[in-house]
Amino acid sequence: MEQERIETVTERKADPGLYDYLPWDQRPVIRWPNNARVAIWVAPNIEFYELDPPLNPSRKPWPRPHPDVLGYATRDYGNRVGHMRMMRLLDQFGLRGSVSLSTAMLTHHPEIIDLVLERNWELFSHGIYNTRYTYGLNEDQEREMIVDAMQRIRDYAGQHCDGYLAPALSHSEHTIDLFAEAGGTYTCDLFHDDQPTPVKTRSGKRFVSVPYSLELNDTIVYVVNRIEPRRYGDMIIRAFDRLYAEGERSGTVMCIPLHAYQVGHPHRLAALQRALDHVCGHDQVWLATGREIAHHYLEHYHDEAVAMMARIAQEEA
Amino acid sequence: MSLDDKFLRYDKLRRGMDHERYAWTMLEQRSAPNWPVGKSLALWINVSVEHFPLNPDSAGFKAPGNMTMPYPDLRHYTLRDYGNRVGIFRILEALERHDLEASFAINGEIAQRYPYLVRRLAERGEIIAHGWNMDCTHHSGVDPATEQHWIDATLDALAHYSNQPVRGWLGPARSQSFRTPELLAQAGIRWMADWVNDELPYSFNTEHGPLVNLPLSLELEDRFIIGDNLHSETEYGDQIIDAADFLLDEAQSTGHGRLLALNLHPWVIGQPHRIGQLERIFAHLAARRQDLHNTLPSELAMWAKVE
Repeated sequence: MEQERIETVTERKADPGLYDYLPWDQRPVIRWPNNARVAIWVAPNIEFYELDPPLNPSRKPWPRPHPDVLGYATRDYGNRVGHMRMMRLLDQFGLRGSVSLSTAMLTHHPEIIDLVLERNWELFSHGIYNTRYTYGLNEDQEREMIVDAMQRIRDYAGQHCDGYLAPALSHSEHTIDLFAEAGGTYTCDLFHDDQPTPVKTRSGKRFVSVPYSLELNDTIVYVVNRIEPRRYGDMIIRAFDRLYAEGERSGTVMCIPLHAYQVGHPHRLAALQRALDHVCGHDQVWLATGREIAHHYLEHYHDEAVAMMARIAQEEA
Repeated sequence: MSLDDKFLRYDKLRRGMDHERYAWTMLEQRSAPNWPVGKSLALWINVSVEHFPLNPDSAGFKAPGNMTMPYPDLRHYTLRDYGNRVGIFRILEALERHDLEASFAINGEIAQRYPYLVRRLAERGEIIAHGWNMDCTHHSGVDPATEQHWIDATLDALAHYSNQPVRGWLGPARSQSFRTPELLAQAGIRWMADWVNDELPYSFNTEHGPLVNLPLSLELEDRFIIGDNLHSETEYGDQIIDAADFLLDEAQSTGHGRLLALNLHPWVIGQPHRIGQLERIFAHLAARRQDLHNTLPSELAMWAKVE
């Protein structure tokens, strides 16, 4: 019994091993296009949650016994009502979305994806369904799921899938390696920084983390932290002001992750509109997509950052 | 370590929904609702009148507001009952003052316990069935005969004491089993308000003919904002007013009528420190009366049928 427990513990890593330490004051100085201080990207999650999915042994899809009519309908509201409302708001500011996509949506509700493609938005993978978790899949199964989702995006939209946000933020130790090997270039799953950073992969592929945000993610804000709509607007403004000021020294990234089933409600849109008014009222911002940020960083700063990390590690050794 | 192949099979991956209950459509791609001329926003106010037994069984899941302390949980029992004794009368007065119509979703057991209240509410507005009591949550673990009995007993008690035909249903905590819509349709229910996936009524399939689903917003509910989110009463007032203003603007700028559906709980908003915010909301709405169509669920259901 005791022996078994020790083995289980030692199988689990204490550190994900995905990146080395790179202090905020020891980095390549980032310059965004047109000398922008902050790269702003908006990441609408366009998701499908199944009414009665198979039960993953590690995580229940719904808090109530199936059918969880309340949980299901709450999310379906985003698809029926919220997306168009959210798109209209982003259109006002000329903001392009980088869509974190449950790729099952390409089959269930292609009308929504057509609206996305008309706007020239980016699609990246958020798995197949947000009710199918990575937990418990073996490496081959997870690879199959990752490749399947990327292929669905290519088939429908003709886009190469550059980014990955694991479905329902469920990961394995191999998730990032598998995605990089399948041809991806960036992950949204790491929350350790306000700039892109190199991510280590077992294949040695050049790969980056693009800061997504949990703190400014509307679902975390509204469902987990239960924050008032107007305060959410204030939080976005405060985060922006700080990243804009610091971005004068070296470019920063600010992501606003959204879910139409949260932010698309009529009592929440005015607060987001006020925040976007503030953000987009500044000159030195780069209204970018996740892919554009990842590629710019890979092209200009990735290798320098890797060299700096190696030097720091060597000096400390 | 691996999972069964079924975790990578997607049997319901197809155009539309992953079930047969309703058609997939987006709100903005439907025809505009024909509210009366000049009215851009329909307003549906529903008051949920609820009984939480002191001795809950709570098999399946607990409705929010249910007992949480060891038996006898007098504090939660009486705090909920406060709504039926005091809070509801404050809401009635506020409705009266601003000349607003409302529906009342009532647990069947309330009719049995407080027939006076049901008669009083039946004179004031439309009666909706709200299940037997707040411990009788519908879910797939409930024995079919028991679920049938809850529905029948509720409809009988409400029809008897309200002297109104009862055609609408709001499940306790919006709960349903896989068969609830069939049982409701068989029992003569014409519309229900359990699915919050839209902002306009739509047709919902059952094996015994269609129902209409009237989405009754959870996110704008007093109990959700104040009780679950722990936002202040002032914040509640601000959020409802922001929602009303947003929907009015959207309806007027797009030319598509919208619906504001407000669900109220006498045990929440009927408290003396909160009722003022409901009055503030009502005053704000009443000031836009020329744009508002204060409607009742039977009318909304009729509208959806015509559509």
